[in-house]
Amino acid sequence: MTATAARADERIADVGVLRRLLVKPEFGALIGAVVIFVFFSIQSDVFRSPAGVANWLDGASTVGLMAVPVAMLMIGGHFDLSAGVQIGTAGLATGIMTTYWGLNVYASLVASLLLMLAIGFVNGYLVTRTGLPSFIITLGMFLGLQGINLGVTKQVTNTVQVSNLDLVPGYHLLKNILGSTVSVAGKPFQIAILWWVLFTALGSWALLKTRFGNWIFATGGDPNASKNVGVPTNRTTIALFMLTSAMAWFVGNTQIVRFGTIQAQVGIGQELIFIVAAVIGGCLLTGGYGSAIGASVGALIFGMTQQGIVYANWNSDWFKLFVGAMLLLAVLANQFVRRFAEQSRR
Amino acid sequence: MIRRTPRWLAAVLVPLLLVTACSSANSVNRPHNKAGGGSGGYKYKIAVVTHGGTGDSFWSIVKAGTQQAGKDMGDSVTYQSDGDPTKQSGLIDAAVNQKPDGLVVSMANPEALKAAVKRAVDAGIPVITINAGEAQSKSYGALTHIGSDETVAGQAVGTELKNQGVKNVICVVQEAGNVSLEQRCAGVKDKLGGTVTNLQVDNNNLPAAQSLILAKLQQDKSIDGVVTLGAQVATKAEAAIAGAGSSAKLATFDLNADVAKAVVDGKMLFAVDQQPFLQGYLAVVMLTQYKANLNVLGGGQPVLTGPTLITKDNAAAVLKLSAGGTR
Repeated sequence: MTATAARADERIADVGVLRRLLVKPEFGALIGAVVIFVFFSIQSDVFRSPAGVANWLDGASTVGLMAVPVAMLMIGGHFDLSAGVQIGTAGLATGIMTTYWGLNVYASLVASLLLMLAIGFVNGYLVTRTGLPSFIITLGMFLGLQGINLGVTKQVTNTVQVSNLDLVPGYHLLKNILGSTVSVAGKPFQIAILWWVLFTALGSWALLKTRFGNWIFATGGDPNASKNVGVPTNRTTIALFMLTSAMAWFVGNTQIVRFGTIQAQVGIGQELIFIVAAVIGGCLLTGGYGSAIGASVGALIFGMTQQGIVYANWNSDWFKLFVGAMLLLAVLANQFVRRFAEQSRR
Repeated sequence: MIRRTPRWLAAVLVPLLLVTACSSANSVNRPHNKAGGGSGGYKYKIAVVTHGGTGDSFWSIVKAGTQQAGKDMGDSVTYQSDGDPTKQSGLIDAAVNQKPDGLVVSMANPEALKAAVKRAVDAGIPVITINAGEAQSKSYGALTHIGSDETVAGQAVGTELKNQGVKNVICVVQEAGNVSLEQRCAGVKDKLGGTVTNLQVDNNNLPAAQSLILAKLQQDKSIDGVVTLGAQVATKAEAAIAGAGSSAKLATFDLNADVAKAVVDGKMLFAVDQQPFLQGYLAVVMLTQYKANLNVLGGGQPVLTGPTLITKDNAAAVLKLSAGGTR
């Protein structure tokens, strides 16, 4: 072994606090969130009032809960286009098993979880086994589940929705866990917001502090190299798909429990919103880079923008344009900050 | 690395699933009504091509109507739909190629379907238009039109809300670019005499629709009326009004079980029903009778299936039927 060179190694050089902040994937998104919050707060008093905050946090939480596993999957190098429609599958499964087949509500929850894990496993297994892009595999799953959701629902219920879960024994406990509100500053905040914070923390911990997290970054960064050093890339990928499906189970059941009813078309189109939130939050489309907290901040930006447009009393016909422009701006700002950070490191 | 399934998991799950399997208290939705009807022996082939979205509760009732009529008449009925006018036009051509005895078409975008409908008429197939496209129906060569006039329905809502003293209304539009929906809002505006603001939401993301309506109600406290254009959005609007602590009155177009329940409970003022089941059912029956007996109801005048108002007085009876997917 040669002696260590006398001059300082640039890899272990001391880095300033600002630079260390800047290279964090979620940093750009955080700034964006602050800017958007200030912007809409100036436009509307109600937006920054407790009632307003409760409202846009609610919208953000639905996106945010799913954005966390979707971001982890993206860091692992894959997409799940069926993530949105799986929300519907989970809720419909629980609803049909309970209100039509008479199964106990907790048993149906367990059964629908097993079903969702199986769907996630199929996604992951097909992707790892065939080596085809996850984009194509999950696109197939997306279309297939869309048909199953509608077909089964129509077959069983004669309509396109499953309702009346709120009449089932055991519903009230579930409602307390998944769909109740917590009073803060006299205003009702959805409990889903708490779940969102909890799952974001869990996801972030898993990514940054566990061996599984290391495997995710490695698998997404360079699958071949990872395989060569002994990372179980296939198992990691399958686990990530199953994680996404498990979260779809959680969100879908939150929805049917909260409203007592769920529609066959629920979640279609949402899969892209989850990916958008993850990308705003600093995930790279190529994998290997990103953060769970970032994805949640991305969801927060989306929630604030969506509701902010209404609070600002803008014409809602243009709504999608505003959202699109906001998202592009956020991503560009993100890109700029990251490039600046990477240059300043040299 | 393969691990065996932990035994304890199975030991917990299997009894849980078995013991709890069939308690009837849970199956609150098990259907108890089935529309009756005998079966005729006409044996015609009727093709139905609509613009309805596949997951839309309204169109699932229209479809149920066509199928029930098929059963009652002894016809074989096929149902296809696509919201994209180009694709719908393709579906019509495909149906015509199979030489049906009759064709039922809904024309949300009449211009785009003109050529395809004319091809059907030229091929000697009797055509009935339903739901949308009343103005063009006759000139394209259809026997008759069965539907409800959107503007008239909107005006009925506007009049009723005005009677209730409502002045500032938001009209919640759940599908961008659907002409009928815009006509409904315009109809409401005609007769209300107050302010009507349209609010755009997404039918595929109903929780977000609820938050958007809530946001609007929080922002503008003077809103005292909410009109929704579809039954699924209506129940979310109900929750939004409660969430905002607003006293706004709620009325909706179209009906489902949840809406009927809300009207019974007094949480919703009324629902306008254009009786979609009849649009599907009558179209098939009328084509059958035309084919068998050359009958045309009203000599080809448009047949109106609505608007009928579902209020507290009749909602309970309708609620029972709603669960079976026919109202």
